[in-house]
Amino acid sequence: MTPTYQPRSKDELARRVAADIHDGAYVNLGIGMPTRVANHIPPGREVILQSENGILGMGPAPAPGQEDYDLINAGKQPVTLLPGGAFFHHADSFAMMRGGHLDICVLGAFQVSATGDLANWSTGEPGAIPAVGGAMDLAIGAKQTWVMMDLLSKSGQSKVVAQCTYPLTGLACVKRIYTDLATLECSPQGLRLIDAVDGLGREALQELIGLPLLD
Amino acid sequence: MIDKIASSVADALKGVQDGSTVLIGGFGTAGIPLELIEGLIDHGARDLTVVNNNAGNGDTGLAALLQAGRVRKIICSFPRQADSQVFDGLYRQGRIELELVPQGNLAERLRAAGAGIGAFYTPTGFGTELALNPDGSPKETRVINGRGHVLEYPIHGDVALIQAERGDRWGNLTYRQAARNFGPVMATAARCTVATVHEVVELGQLDPEAIVTPGIHVSHVVPVPRRATTAGGFKTAA
Repeated sequence: MTPTYQPRSKDELARRVAADIHDGAYVNLGIGMPTRVANHIPPGREVILQSENGILGMGPAPAPGQEDYDLINAGKQPVTLLPGGAFFHHADSFAMMRGGHLDICVLGAFQVSATGDLANWSTGEPGAIPAVGGAMDLAIGAKQTWVMMDLLSKSGQSKVVAQCTYPLTGLACVKRIYTDLATLECSPQGLRLIDAVDGLGREALQELIGLPLLD
Repeated sequence: MIDKIASSVADALKGVQDGSTVLIGGFGTAGIPLELIEGLIDHGARDLTVVNNNAGNGDTGLAALLQAGRVRKIICSFPRQADSQVFDGLYRQGRIELELVPQGNLAERLRAAGAGIGAFYTPTGFGTELALNPDGSPKETRVINGRGHVLEYPIHGDVALIQAERGDRWGNLTYRQAARNFGPVMATAARCTVATVHEVVELGQLDPEAIVTPGIHVSHVVPVPRRATTAGGFKTAA
């Protein structure tokens, strides 16, 4: 049977994540797809973005020609500082991240387990140059860690799994998984369905993931 | 009289020795003490252990120091970059040792060194490959309040090389924007801290409420010309 549903586009997914970020939240957006969430914060909500390299109150990219490479984000792209923003050093920045002060961090992932284990820093490929950055600190440090990713890999495998096969970033740290097909909640008992795109039923989704969804 | 203003980079780097552990500030392109790294290459010290968030970009600065074969080991969180080809090549040839550290552990281990802390437990990395020692044995762990923690030790530097914005002869420093990054914490973690500044000011001209690094943590201040940080070899936004 051909699917009758449309996956969320990258911007629709970013909008779905942004819809759940509350007014006044302190948020760290991971490198890559999560960065896009900043463009979709609903009007009227004031959300303060943190960058691991010592910025709170990070603003959008500067206009072309206005780049200042002393003011960059974690992905080393030029950014701006909002009025009210602050700079601090790395130990303070990671104390902020590790000490439970951020309300939400949104990260990309290779795999997430039903109980919230996260794999997003290494594919474990032999010969690959490893790099971890702030991934492990972010995963365990925020009040809530959300993952944003496509549900299926390019080869059609579910990236939500019973047990991660890629090297772990953190154990039982992911609260919610926002994907192009559905929004899921991780718990010690397993996955709960929050929502799915129109036309994708619970049974069909369970089949795609290959794991039961709790009632 | 205390006068920490150095007459030259070479003068400020006299204390570096073969085998020294050198903490180098900077994150991406911001806050890299380029003049001091170039001075370290000229100095000639070998067998260095370098601590930096990254492992060099392009072919200048830290990448040039690596290329010159002066670094035995690098302790960092994110060596892999679009333009980290110098490190990548050395690593693949087994010519440099890598200790990969989660960035928050890197910062906190430096902080611990500066604060006289013997070791600390952190949940970061618990249950992952990075909770292993370089020889593959597990690091000590402990469950605290129901949560797994890993024991992490301080990283002490013999020398810290950092970039600041303004400084005075007592060594007090201020920084510029996100170029602050590792500078203040590395300054506390090394026996000898060398800071470049773009402006030397008289005592009292730095607002005492705004001094980020008090002079006690700084040994030498080297004035260098103001130089806009550039994008280097980084990929531009997609």
